[in-house]
Amino acid sequence: MHHSIEIEGLSFSYPDGQEALRDVSLAIQPGEKVALVGPNGAGKSTLLLNLNGILAGNGSITVCGLRVEKETLGRVRAMVGMVFQSPDDQLFSPRVFDDVAYGPLYQGLPLETVHERVSESLAAVSMSDYAQRVSHHLSMGEKKRIAIATVLSMNPEVLVLDEPTAGLDPRARRSLINLLDELPLTMIVSTHDMPLVKDLFARMVILDRGSVVADGATNELMDDIHLLEAHGLERPY
Amino acid sequence: MDPYQAGYSPVHHTDARVKVVFSVAFILTTALIPIGSWPMFVLLYAILFSLIILADVGVGRVLQRSILAVPFVLAALPLVFTTSGEQILILDLGLWRVTATSEGVEKFLSIGLKSWISIQAATLLIFTTQFPDILAALRALRVPRLLVAIFGLMWRYLFVLADEAIKLRRARAARSGDSGIRGMNKGGSVSWRAKIAGGMAGSLFIRSLDRSERIYVAMLSRGYDGEVRSIPLSRLKPSQWTILIFGLGILGIIMLISALFWG
Repeated sequence: MHHSIEIEGLSFSYPDGQEALRDVSLAIQPGEKVALVGPNGAGKSTLLLNLNGILAGNGSITVCGLRVEKETLGRVRAMVGMVFQSPDDQLFSPRVFDDVAYGPLYQGLPLETVHERVSESLAAVSMSDYAQRVSHHLSMGEKKRIAIATVLSMNPEVLVLDEPTAGLDPRARRSLINLLDELPLTMIVSTHDMPLVKDLFARMVILDRGSVVADGATNELMDDIHLLEAHGLERPY
Repeated sequence: MDPYQAGYSPVHHTDARVKVVFSVAFILTTALIPIGSWPMFVLLYAILFSLIILADVGVGRVLQRSILAVPFVLAALPLVFTTSGEQILILDLGLWRVTATSEGVEKFLSIGLKSWISIQAATLLIFTTQFPDILAALRALRVPRLLVAIFGLMWRYLFVLADEAIKLRRARAARSGDSGIRGMNKGGSVSWRAKIAGGMAGSLFIRSLDRSERIYVAMLSRGYDGEVRSIPLSRLKPSQWTILIFGLGILGIIMLISALFWG
């Protein structure tokens, strides 16, 4: 039995010398849902981009028993479904169908499988009627759901989401939370939405200035008001 | 992406207006000296080369940028065969018969050198002057304000656009996986990949258009009325005038000599 994600001593600096991650270590069990919180510029997005090798720092990352390195990038990217903060970045094809089909088509899967995957993923996010719609005209909440479908179609083992609830109205937010709750995948979610963390995630990791400053049960960490305040966070009511 | 190379050389410290005027005059001189006046080419390049060394921006970097001259050089290539004069080479290409003339070669080499030197002069300007300073200098030189405003906005949003393109490519890379099943030909066909790239370009275009509308609305709501106002620059210092007049004087002498001996 291996961990879904295992990070050991990960450090990362941007080319301009700015140090974004400092000796980060983290292990996530299969099926576990973990929230990654911390102030702006803490290194959350940088950490997520390291998980599928889009950025590569020093240290080791193992995803589903596979070390993330140049040779394994293809497998790693198929196993880690990454949903970016802005769905406009994620939806680059003119139509919803083309976008959801991108992953499986890239993998060279047979056409019947591609069609199956697309309808399964759209059904999973309750957007089955949207396959022929033009991505550009969708609402923010709809775009978010489609963005999640575009990675579900790759049958990933791990779902990585960056700020999934940013910019959503309360109803769209609630329905997205229900969706995330239902999906039976290992999940790592970076967010500023503390009520979301409280509702959905049993485990919480606080990242500040590139280092993990706390990692534990959400209800315990949420009670430590001093810790939250020290890292620019607020306790939800 | 910003080509500006921070530094403390005398070239960096020279007023942007002086540098812009000198660069334009230098490029004009390079364009106007007669074809085949080789010593003048050497002289012009020697001046430019000294300035590059003085600016300490790296000769290699400037040369790397001068590759931009290649399209202009290639456009001049037909001159080798279309100029009449002393024939030096005849090529038989089945139906066609083309002849290269020494006059043609001379023309081609001159135009190639002129483009190459001019590009390097422009490169030195953008390496040693921050873009906002160049814009302010253009305004001070009475270049139409609307044109300068367009340059400025283009510069500002070029970075935003490049950023968006990087994000799109990241999102694509994140979903370009390997099924792990043997015998699957991953990557898709060339035409499918071209379609995807086309979709990305289209989405970038639509988003730029949307953004430009939002920017315009934001400008309007801050009172934009089609006129760009800016704080006028201070008067040019006497030392800067001296540099400018000295520089233009040298260019004038080069023009005069080349007109006398090769004109």
